Amino acid sequence: MNQVIVQLQGIVKKFPGVLANDHVDLDIYAGEIHAILGENGSGKSTLMSVLAGLYKPDEGKILVNGVEKKFRSPRDAIDSGIGMVHQHFKLVEPFTVAENITLGEKQTIFGLSGKKLKASINELGKKYGLEINLNAKVWQLSVGEKQRVEIVRMLYRGSQVLILDEPTAVLTPQEAAELFRNLHRMASAGCAVVLITHKLNEVKAVADRVTVLRQGKLVGVLQKDQINPKEMVRLMVGRPVTMQYDRELAVAGEVLLELDKVNAFNDMGLPCLRDLSLTVREGEILGLAGVSGNGQRELAEVIAGLRRVESGKILLNDRNISNLSPCEIIDLGVAYVPEDRLGMGLVPELNAMENLILKSYRQPEFSGRWFLKPQAIKQNAEALISQYQVNVTSLTQPVKVLSGGNLQKLLLAREISSSPKLMVVIYPARGLDIGATEAVHKLLLKLKIRKTAILLISEDLDELFRLADRIGVVYSGQLTGDFPVEQADLEEVGLLMTGAHSARERVNDNEPAHT
Amino acid sequence: MNRPTLKLEKRLAPSPVMVFIIPLISVLLALLLGGIFLSLTGQNPLAVYAIMFTDSLGSKYGFTETIVKAIPLSLTALGVAVAFKMKLWNIGAEGQLYMGAMGASWLPLTYPALPVYLMIPGMVVLGMIAGGLWAFLTAIPRAIWKVNEIITTLMLNYVAILWVDFLVFGPWRDPLGSNFPITAPFPEAARLPEMFNSRIHAGLFFALALAVILTIVFKYSRWGYSINVIGSSERAASYAGMNIKRNILWVMFLSGAISGLAGMAEVSGIIGRLQHGISPGYGYTAIIVAWLSKLNPLAILIVSVLFGALQVGGYAAQVEGVPAAVATMLQGMILFFVLGGEVLTNYRVVLVRQKGEELRK
Amino acid sequence: MSIQEFLIPLLAAAVIAGTPILYAALGELITERAGIINLGVEGMMLMGAVSGFMAAVSTSNPWIGLLAAMLAGGSLAFVHAFLTITLRANQVVTGLALTIFGTGFSGYLGKAYIGIPVSKPFTATPLGPLADIPFIGPVFFQQDVLVYISYVLVIVIWYFLYHTRTGLNLRALGENPAAMDALGINVFRLRYIYVVIGGMLGGVGGAYLSLAYAPSWLENMTAGRGWIAVALVIFALWNPWRALMGAYLFGGIDALGFRLQVLGVQVSPFFLKMLPYLFTVLILVVVVARRKGRLATPGALGLPYDREER
Repeated sequence: MNQVIVQLQGIVKKFPGVLANDHVDLDIYAGEIHAILGENGSGKSTLMSVLAGLYKPDEGKILVNGVEKKFRSPRDAIDSGIGMVHQHFKLVEPFTVAENITLGEKQTIFGLSGKKLKASINELGKKYGLEINLNAKVWQLSVGEKQRVEIVRMLYRGSQVLILDEPTAVLTPQEAAELFRNLHRMASAGCAVVLITHKLNEVKAVADRVTVLRQGKLVGVLQKDQINPKEMVRLMVGRPVTMQYDRELAVAGEVLLELDKVNAFNDMGLPCLRDLSLTVREGEILGLAGVSGNGQRELAEVIAGLRRVESGKILLNDRNISNLSPCEIIDLGVAYVPEDRLGMGLVPELNAMENLILKSYRQPEFSGRWFLKPQAIKQNAEALISQYQVNVTSLTQPVKVLSGGNLQKLLLAREISSSPKLMVVIYPARGLDIGATEAVHKLLLKLKIRKTAILLISEDLDELFRLADRIGVVYSGQLTGDFPVEQADLEEVGLLMTGAHSARERVNDNEPAHT
Repeated sequence: MNRPTLKLEKRLAPSPVMVFIIPLISVLLALLLGGIFLSLTGQNPLAVYAIMFTDSLGSKYGFTETIVKAIPLSLTALGVAVAFKMKLWNIGAEGQLYMGAMGASWLPLTYPALPVYLMIPGMVVLGMIAGGLWAFLTAIPRAIWKVNEIITTLMLNYVAILWVDFLVFGPWRDPLGSNFPITAPFPEAARLPEMFNSRIHAGLFFALALAVILTIVFKYSRWGYSINVIGSSERAASYAGMNIKRNILWVMFLSGAISGLAGMAEVSGIIGRLQHGISPGYGYTAIIVAWLSKLNPLAILIVSVLFGALQVGGYAAQVEGVPAAVATMLQGMILFFVLGGEVLTNYRVVLVRQKGEELRK
Repeated sequence: MSIQEFLIPLLAAAVIAGTPILYAALGELITERAGIINLGVEGMMLMGAVSGFMAAVSTSNPWIGLLAAMLAGGSLAFVHAFLTITLRANQVVTGLALTIFGTGFSGYLGKAYIGIPVSKPFTATPLGPLADIPFIGPVFFQQDVLVYISYVLVIVIWYFLYHTRTGLNLRALGENPAAMDALGINVFRLRYIYVVIGGMLGGVGGAYLSLAYAPSWLENMTAGRGWIAVALVIFALWNPWRALMGAYLFGGIDALGFRLQVLGVQVSPFFLKMLPYLFTVLILVVVVARRKGRLATPGALGLPYDREER
């Protein structure tokens, strides 16, 4: 049973300016669930991409069943039995499930042989308990279902080793649990499962072994009985970290933001916010949990004026701001930190100075009637960069060269320095390492002390429980739960995220937070 | 597998050295390749290039003619650059030039007795409005429904040229013109004065002034900053509260207006009347000029002179039996090489040996 | 003149006038389905027209001319492919450069051939019994061989795109090249192939003008048809049947303008000539506005694919 399938020996991979994998060795055994743990930038995704044939290693060997293999493309890896399910699905949205699964394969779903093929795919799905509808169009599927399609696609091609890249990033706790059950089933059938993750609780829940990477190097391999969170964090970060913040719960302040039965449509023209109501007070952090795709992004956009409110009201300090222009809303003191840092929040080709005045360039301190004031702009940038400790090598370089953590700090520097009354922030720590995450969280807590109302939207329940004063759940465009954080229960929140109602659910709760 | 292979590796930041070298090398390579084509079709490339050079830059007449061509070319290129800065692909400079010429011509043909201090400014204004409106027509569907402006501006080129043809073959035709598709000649007051004892006209100042104004606007003005942001990332621009629709409309209008000015300058400064075929494709060449100059107004002035020389040289080459189309051919090739060469500003060519050692190229 | 006497020749002329646009549009449709915009269609058509003409005149064989046209269009497209796929140059400007170069180069090459007749152009060959079907016969089946080939081509491309594995892969290529890459399909090589095929078809479209439609060579003889073909691909929503209908619609407008002139209709010939261009703009605006910009555009159209993008 426990025979080694894959051996990586001395893998080295370089990218411009960074050594992603530094002589890494790794063994993968049949029938095991093997976690690769590390922060962002540790090289875990790169290593697995090398194994999956996406990247060619600069040095090192890959052995499959004892035979050295050179993968010139993902095709070679797949032919050798190694399949990867990426974080960003490689599915063609307008096509059906069957079309996606047979994409690039010799046998097709067209014609008479197609029926037999579809039958065999369904068999495969049943064997592993992965139910899929072959005729559905992919864009109609939920995220969990799409992930299943990706997995079946790899199994259909005969993968012995299935690599999953951060698979639970987009799942509710319940969907994640189901995924883990499926993974166990696959492992018992002899498949090797490799899980790339940075979530400690996942490793604890499902892994037989865990390999920890830090800054491109292998720093430890733990067996199942050796797995404990403190040890893993120590290996991941290189120092002990507590991740508990000193914070005070909010003292009840005035209601600053109120949404009253807001309705809106998404990009496909379908309703994405349905009679959604919520309130946020000054100096309070309202954390909204929910699986991505339930209207969170659209919620932030209607508040920021980037999306039409079809009916209902948005009140800021009792003033109706529904459907005002983004410009007016910014002037009223609303800050917005979007999830798309480099495509929306910042302009990648412009430098730090230019990005920092993106919203404020019209103000008298930065420009006259016609012309900008370059000196003032430069000084502003220097001050903010030092105050927020953004690591920028040059003020004139385009910001796209900055790391994720520094981009977020730059973005927050700009938004916070405008002294907003309300800040909306989505997935603030996504893709950031522990150090940057800490910094970002501390900034948000400081902002709270200055009496700003903060709407924090996140998929990371740990983050929400650590920062929020109240927790709400967004499901299918509605607020389906709203309680103070001391009364919130992780499992219940998870249930609400899937749409199940709980006994303690309080919808449209406008009562003030408990004292 | 001992053969080393070439690989393109992305640079961390664009290389400033390459930004200068590439246009230079591209011109040289294009001349080289063009020379090969010439000899393949039985011409002597050196003789051809020699004539092209001496008759364009090497003689007084040639040089002034080069400047004459550079004026409308730089004006249209400036117009194109304004639109391109916001990623609005205005391919309609040719049509906007024609409409500008038409708009400007209306004044002297209708009120021939106007004094010069009303006539010239009037023509400038009318020319710019006509060109601007022509571009504005395509800006509306673009702003509201995101209709692709490449096709709409291009189609309107053909319409504009036909419209001018209609006028000069019909209602505006000079009764004393022996049935040629030309209007009556403009009165003195409607002619931009000549300078330097040559055909170079005051339109030169339009070009120089606009290049300076646009440089300042792009670099230091609030509007220039917002155009930069919108052109760079429309999503970030709307996020930041910028009014994209309004900017599309204004920028396209301005772009067309500048090309319209070029049209006015041509009919007022050189041709002296409105007629069929007032432009040998300035609007299209302008696109190449603008791109080669990386949308920098001052660089546009320089590149326009180069391309003007190419054009004049092309006409001169006809003496050697080489079709004037050789100029267009060379222009296209220069652009190819520049486009291909641009990859080197963002990527580095790397030689990879088997063991993973790397030699920089 | 009865309605029938007017309509039938008009529709037959519409087919002839629409055929060069159809070829070019089918070629561009394939290229764009693979995710690449090639705005050099006008240039490729002109190069096809001049090469085809020169070859046909020299060899007195129009088929050799056709071959030469495909070669010319394909080579120009290859340059586009190299610049945009391997060197990742801006697709819009590269296509424009191609058009400008193609226009100039064809003018350069064709100078000596202006006014020279082609001894054996493609002429109308009635297709047996099919040609005798009332109404449809004279319109569709009394045309030249290239028109018949274009009918077959539309059917072949339709079947290929929607009912074969390779066609499925092609559609996926333009939607999500990353997905294809992750499955081990060579995105670069496939894109090269489809861009070149598109160029070859564009060359054929141009050759049709110089070897059948006119037949002769004139500088700039495409008069913007290449651009109309690009627009046509958009409002055909990247579907070959709609491209066919659209091409004949344009051919009809073209032919109509000419016929109105002949009939002595009191409209300036210049306005009649404007019709196809104005029509293109109008239809484009209407189609795009009605769909509120949510066209069936291939998802990755115009974006260069870079696997190691970090």
